[in-house]
Amino acid sequence: MNLLYFASLRECIGVSSENYITDQKTISGLIDELVKREPRYEKAFKNLPMIKVAIDHELIADLETSIVGVSEIAFFPPMTGG
Amino acid sequence: MTSDHVPKFKIDIRKENFDINLEMKYLTDVNLKVGAVVSFVGKVRDLSKNSKLKFMEIEHYPEMSEKVLRDLCKKATLRWELQGISLIHRIGKLYPGENIVLLVIASVHREEAFDASLFLMDFLKSEAPFWKKETTITGSIWVEENQVDKQKLLRWQ
Repeated sequence: MNLLYFASLRECIGVSSENYITDQKTISGLIDELVKREPRYEKAFKNLPMIKVAIDHELIADLETSIVGVSEIAFFPPMTGG
Repeated sequence: MTSDHVPKFKIDIRKENFDINLEMKYLTDVNLKVGAVVSFVGKVRDLSKNSKLKFMEIEHYPEMSEKVLRDLCKKATLRWELQGISLIHRIGKLYPGENIVLLVIASVHREEAFDASLFLMDFLKSEAPFWKKETTITGSIWVEENQVDKQKLLRWQ
């Protein structure tokens, strides 16, 4: 799957996207795995309640949402457009 | 000339500035049912307390932002009888005084256009994937979510 990071998360992690293979079944499982990878991920996901997640361009509210078979997951801070 | 009730739609995410008259013309030309046009322009302003804003950078999630704006416009047309919507959001580097966003809504009567404008801007702020970064003389900082904006969504429940 393709992982995307925007705004402050992109700056913290240092890349805007990466290909990633995981056995994790949910968003929360994936985040736990990422956080254990490197300190930059741990730092990026530190304030978890403030992080928004979109699966295949659809905003999701529940971190237990399944990621099985999805192609793109985006992580970003609250939106500030307009 | 179209005689059906399908509202006109235009959504554009771009670097270039917009011309409000051009968008009004797009919505009102050959549609004599339009009796009201409401427009909103969001601009770059300097509210930073001690440090002067030099410029702002707007980033977005291209594959998602247009889709979200389109879905929100669709929701608005289901809720109010509208003749058309033109929504332009700028991205990239913008300086104080420059335009950020333009929303123009045309309807038969004014109330629909006013209400739908508020509705669209409220949801755009909370649901469309755009992010602003401000650069002042002291450094750069990502703009934080406005809690008041978030609460405004409640009025549409």
